[in-house]
Amino acid sequence: MSNILVVAEHLEGKLRKATLPTIGFAKKAQALTGGKIIGLVLGHNAASVAAELATAGVDHVIHVDSPIYANYLAEAYAPAVAEIAKVKGASIVAAPASTTGKDFLPRAAARMDAGMISDAIEVFSHNGAVGYKRPVWAGNLIARETSTSAITAVTVRMTNFDAPAAGAAAPIETIELGFAAPEHTQFLSFDQVKSSRPELTDAAAIVAGGRGLKSAEAFKMLEELADLIGGAVGASRAAVDSGYAPNDWQIGQTGKIVAPNLYFAVAISGAIQHLAGMKGSKVIVTINKDGEAPIYQISDYGLVADAFKAVPELTAALK
Amino acid sequence: MKILATVKRVFDTDGKPKLTADAKLDVSSIDCKLNPFDEYGVEEAVRLQEKGIATEVVICCVGPEEAQKEMRTALAMGGDRGLLVKVDNTESLDTLSIAKILAAVVKKEKPDLVILGKLSTDSENNQVGQMLAELTGYPQATFAFKLTPDAAGGWAIVGREVDGGTSDVKVKLPAVITADLRLNEPRYASLPGIMKAKKKPLEITTPEALGVSVKPAIVGIGYELPPARKAGIKVASVAELVDKLKNEAKVIS
Ligand SMILES: Cc1cc2nc3c(=O)[nH]c(=O)nc-3n(C[C@H](O)[C@H](O)[C@H](O)COP(=O)(O)OP(=O)(O)OC[C@H]3O[C@@H](n4cnc5c(N)ncnc54)[C@H](O)[C@@H]3O)c2cc1C
Ligand SMILES: Cc1cc2nc3c(=O)[nH]c(=O)nc-3n(C[C@H](O)[C@H](O)[C@H](O)COP(=O)(O)OP(=O)(O)OC[C@H]3O[C@@H](n4cnc5c(N)ncnc54)[C@H](O)[C@@H]3O)c2cc1C
Repeated sequence: MSNILVVAEHLEGKLRKATLPTIGFAKKAQALTGGKIIGLVLGHNAASVAAELATAGVDHVIHVDSPIYANYLAEAYAPAVAEIAKVKGASIVAAPASTTGKDFLPRAAARMDAGMISDAIEVFSHNGAVGYKRPVWAGNLIARETSTSAITAVTVRMTNFDAPAAGAAAPIETIELGFAAPEHTQFLSFDQVKSSRPELTDAAAIVAGGRGLKSAEAFKMLEELADLIGGAVGASRAAVDSGYAPNDWQIGQTGKIVAPNLYFAVAISGAIQHLAGMKGSKVIVTINKDGEAPIYQISDYGLVADAFKAVPELTAALK
Repeated sequence: MKILATVKRVFDTDGKPKLTADAKLDVSSIDCKLNPFDEYGVEEAVRLQEKGIATEVVICCVGPEEAQKEMRTALAMGGDRGLLVKVDNTESLDTLSIAKILAAVVKKEKPDLVILGKLSTDSENNQVGQMLAELTGYPQATFAFKLTPDAAGGWAIVGREVDGGTSDVKVKLPAVITADLRLNEPRYASLPGIMKAKKKPLEITTPEALGVSVKPAIVGIGYELPPARKAGIKVASVAELVDKLKNEAKVIS
């Protein structure tokens, strides 16, 4: 059997959108390997997630309900994922390249003695096996890799695969695993940045600010522009480090990877680590007072101006 | 409390990569350096030692003999000694192989805390710490921006940077931590630090001596360059920008 197991990500009873590109990846891999796409929900009272997943393009859903999955922990997820992969004959185990997927999947891979591919952006056929492409070197190089282990673990980049069309509901199977709660790790808290804006990873437009904004207050003008165009707000690492923006807003090699239709880079210089997270955007607009800033080299439209003047002017013009 | 901090010798990714005719990476003109994320891990270990919480800090690297240079760079920040597991061609090793070698080091050294970087800036796998945690049976706290160990109590509370915000977990020691960039601010090695580092013991061992043999599952089959983005145009005013966005790019209605 060579099934593909997709581990779903969910929060507060809802399937996280990050899961959908992973199913898109699984569809492409399935065209090469055959087998079924099995979606896995590990949760507690998460039947709504299983139901949502059933229509998201998978062939089969497995739902494991236990209080030990109520708050996410890698030590609880890894054994469950490894067990289901074994029982269901998976040859590929995939999860979104989110902080959750990146946390538990390598642990599960080690448990399965599986090779692992991080941040897959493409799959292709390679001498009868599956080949994977993934960005390395801060996005300036794409590595092609293949795996020789019986099971291969893969995290999937959110920006490179389309969500499959919604289909008829796949059957949902409820399984009990009987693992005990992890003894050596305890979840204490999740301090969530609440926002009414779209998530960075699936926003159609992003207004991102850098160190040049010099304060958290200055980000308010970006928020106003973002709200006007229905976008999200992002930040460079320097802006986050300086305390102008929460860490969840960081875009780049160490932060989120985004590819909106429209990306505003405001007072961001364009270090390679920042570009690694936003180069895939369709249209990039730069507002920077330094006309020589490296970010202009990848921008479609550049406005050399003081952000404190240009951003309010732009917002006013779009109202 | 004993800490094992791992360091990797990485290619300096500031330079643009070049490919050979057969789609391999041409590394002939690329410098190597200490993985930036590992600087944060080493800094944290050294600070815990300065605070009297850590009694010993061991710096460990899997790599070629040349990697002693990066190990000395780490030892110049602090720490007591180095342990190099000599592998000439680390490029042929996948993450699980590295994790298996490090697991053998952990078995030998028995640290209370293992601190790794969350990511190597060249090959960017973000896997080794998590794999090592599974192989050793230790709990893991990845993407750490805050580490508060209670050595006497045998616990550590770790603040983690995660999608959507931050999360705190409590792990029982021994544990594996991976460092994110807001954990601390790594120091620049001082001249006395550099002089001292030269005299610190640096043991060289091999995977065989540690009793591990590894066969990588992930095989590199070449590289390609991503599609290049071209610089566009500069607009003279906000009005012109709005016009372009509406009528040329059609990304705003
Ligand atoms: C291992 C590693 C990982 C990293 N990961 C990331 C990452 O994930 N994401 C990330 O962003 N960075 C990352 N960095 C940091 C990166 O190298 C840069 O330091 C950072 O991106 C710089 O942020 P910035 O452009 O906001 O600041 P700066 O480089 O200081 O640029 C500020 C810009 O603002 C402009 N400016 C100033 N005032 C105004 C004004 N009034 N109006 C208009 N423009 C103005 C200036 O001309 C300048 O171009 C990483 C670095 C390392 C070493
Ligand atoms: C030219 C080239 C060719 C390559 N070919 C292949 C290939 O064919 N197959 C393949 O699987 N990989 C290949 N790699 C990747 C390389 O072997 C990686 O070093 C290895 O897979 C570990 O991945 P990582 O460093 O990205 O791990 P990450 O999980 O990103 O590293 C996280 C942390 O683990 C620790 N760590 C990682 N490596 C070491 C180490 N050696 N010593 C001590 N600590 C360490 C560090 O603390 C690091 O911060 C190649 C790399 C290059 C540059």
